[in-house]
Amino acid sequence: MLSLKLAFRNLLGAGLRTWLNVSVLSIAFVVMVLYNGMLDGWNRQAHEDTIVWEIGGGQLWHPLYDPFDPLGLQDAHGLIDDQMKKLIIQKQLVPVLISQGSIFPHGRMQNVLLKGIQPEQDILKLPANIFVNHIGKEIPAIIGSRMASFTNLKKGDHLLVRWRDKNGTFDAREFNIVEIFQSNVPTIDNGQLWLPLNILQEMTGMENETTILVASSGYKGGNIGEWQFKSPKYLLKEIDDIIKTKKAGSAIIYLLLLSIALLAIFDTQVLSIFRRQKEIGTYIALGMTRSQVVRIFTIEGAAHSILALALGAVYGIPLLYFLQKNGIPMPRSLDSMGVAIAGKIIPVYAFSMVIISILLVVVSATIVSYFPTRRISRMKPTDALKGKIQ
Amino acid sequence: MENKVIIRLSNLYKRYPVGNGEFIALKNINLSFGKGEFTGLVGPSGSGKTTLLNIIGSLDIPSDGIAEVMGQSVSSLTHKQSARLRNYHIGFIFQTYNLLQFYNVFENVEFALLLQKMSATERRKAVMESLEWVGLTDKALSRPAQLSGGECQRVAIARAMVKRPSIVLADEPSANLDSANSHHIVQTMKKLNQELNTTFIFATHDEKVMQYLDRMIRLKDGEVVQE
Repeated sequence: MLSLKLAFRNLLGAGLRTWLNVSVLSIAFVVMVLYNGMLDGWNRQAHEDTIVWEIGGGQLWHPLYDPFDPLGLQDAHGLIDDQMKKLIIQKQLVPVLISQGSIFPHGRMQNVLLKGIQPEQDILKLPANIFVNHIGKEIPAIIGSRMASFTNLKKGDHLLVRWRDKNGTFDAREFNIVEIFQSNVPTIDNGQLWLPLNILQEMTGMENETTILVASSGYKGGNIGEWQFKSPKYLLKEIDDIIKTKKAGSAIIYLLLLSIALLAIFDTQVLSIFRRQKEIGTYIALGMTRSQVVRIFTIEGAAHSILALALGAVYGIPLLYFLQKNGIPMPRSLDSMGVAIAGKIIPVYAFSMVIISILLVVVSATIVSYFPTRRISRMKPTDALKGKIQ
Repeated sequence: MENKVIIRLSNLYKRYPVGNGEFIALKNINLSFGKGEFTGLVGPSGSGKTTLLNIIGSLDIPSDGIAEVMGQSVSSLTHKQSARLRNYHIGFIFQTYNLLQFYNVFENVEFALLLQKMSATERRKAVMESLEWVGLTDKALSRPAQLSGGECQRVAIARAMVKRPSIVLADEPSANLDSANSHHIVQTMKKLNQELNTTFIFATHDEKVMQYLDRMIRLKDGEVVQE
């Protein structure tokens, strides 16, 4: 307690030098918490959005289906068997048939994925129910806002679509864009055209067939025959990997900031011990042991971190709260990563993350404060009292 | 009156390595100091006064010989034992006062007692008493930067005396003071010596201090030349 009291007194007595070091260290701490909070928030939002828009509670894949092999789609389809039908009726599965096609918006040609889905499904957030209002009329299709922006299509536009059926025969028809939906998930938006399942099945000659089945959160069935069940964890791995990479990158930034702050504390400690030799000699003359003096100076250095945390809390808590309430705007260009990203990220500040950041700051400040103080153990008190340079 | 011997120095040498040879700062010192003495080590600069004072204060150890303080051999003390000896039994007064700049007068004097783990009430009582001895109770909340040289040295005396040590070692206490302050300081210390029976040992070459000494030990080139 004595060492703590003396250390804080000396630290506060040093004035501006202390507060400069403390300010830099507090900025490093707040940036650390904010960055990690932002990435955790992004991760959570991306997970949630991808689950509700694309993967549900997991997916059953046809054995030949590979999302990264568009040429394999030709063969990646199979019959919906009785077990699957039962689960579809129970709303535990929804079939999605995927086929390749081309569209010709405003005279240009673009390759797209045609995806057929049941209008009555409610596992995914996709507004497929809108197809119900267009049965018997023109072939309805819905696209995402990114697709609409890229192709310059609007709601109500007519679009020529060409495809090949299961026998390889080309056909073409005109579709009506009946809805443009807003989603944060680019993988169900870019280059995709959604239409009623039965229509796509009829177009491609793949009656009662599907490519994948999206499961609800209550689905516990696992594989069905040769159809492989892919869990949400598996399907979200790409997002997790990207976030991990981002975290590693951001760690460099805040470790750099932390290093600058710690270097400042280290320099201050070295200078302090050099300038305060007379004081050190006086402490020893008054009856302090060398280890007590080392402790005071180490705590003085480490106390920078306590003050930094306090200062960080003063401006950091309101700032972090404000950002959590209002979100952090994200540029749309990040879509190109192919990962779900909302227009605004809501940061998530996990308690464990904050504690780890605090410990990192305190422990690292204590370590860099201790090393220069070892010099005190080698000091001659008689020379220190004279203020003689050692 | 027979004073109990509290410091005994026998065949004391202190050597420092210098280049390929050595410098002998103290040669064959044989002295003893009793309780309640008011003694000075006098001599020109470089005569070994401060070195001898440092050894008595267990801030340094002799190269040869014995230095016994309060019945303990300074050479055989551990760092902790040495610190404890200084904490409880020895007070220091330095030429440049060596006050702690971030603490006020009260806290400077109190510092020595913090190491003794006294209660806050006992500490306050002892500090105020000590400040009364030196006539600085009204300056208790002042910082060293706000005090004159004489006042700073009086604070140093109060700090040295607050723990009622057996020995006070004063190294050139009047060197940075004017004539009036020098006399005042030494008179204060003389009064404390008489009232509390504390042994005062000075290192000085100041005539103003010497006139108050009961005993003078003259040093030259590390040797006692006159007592």
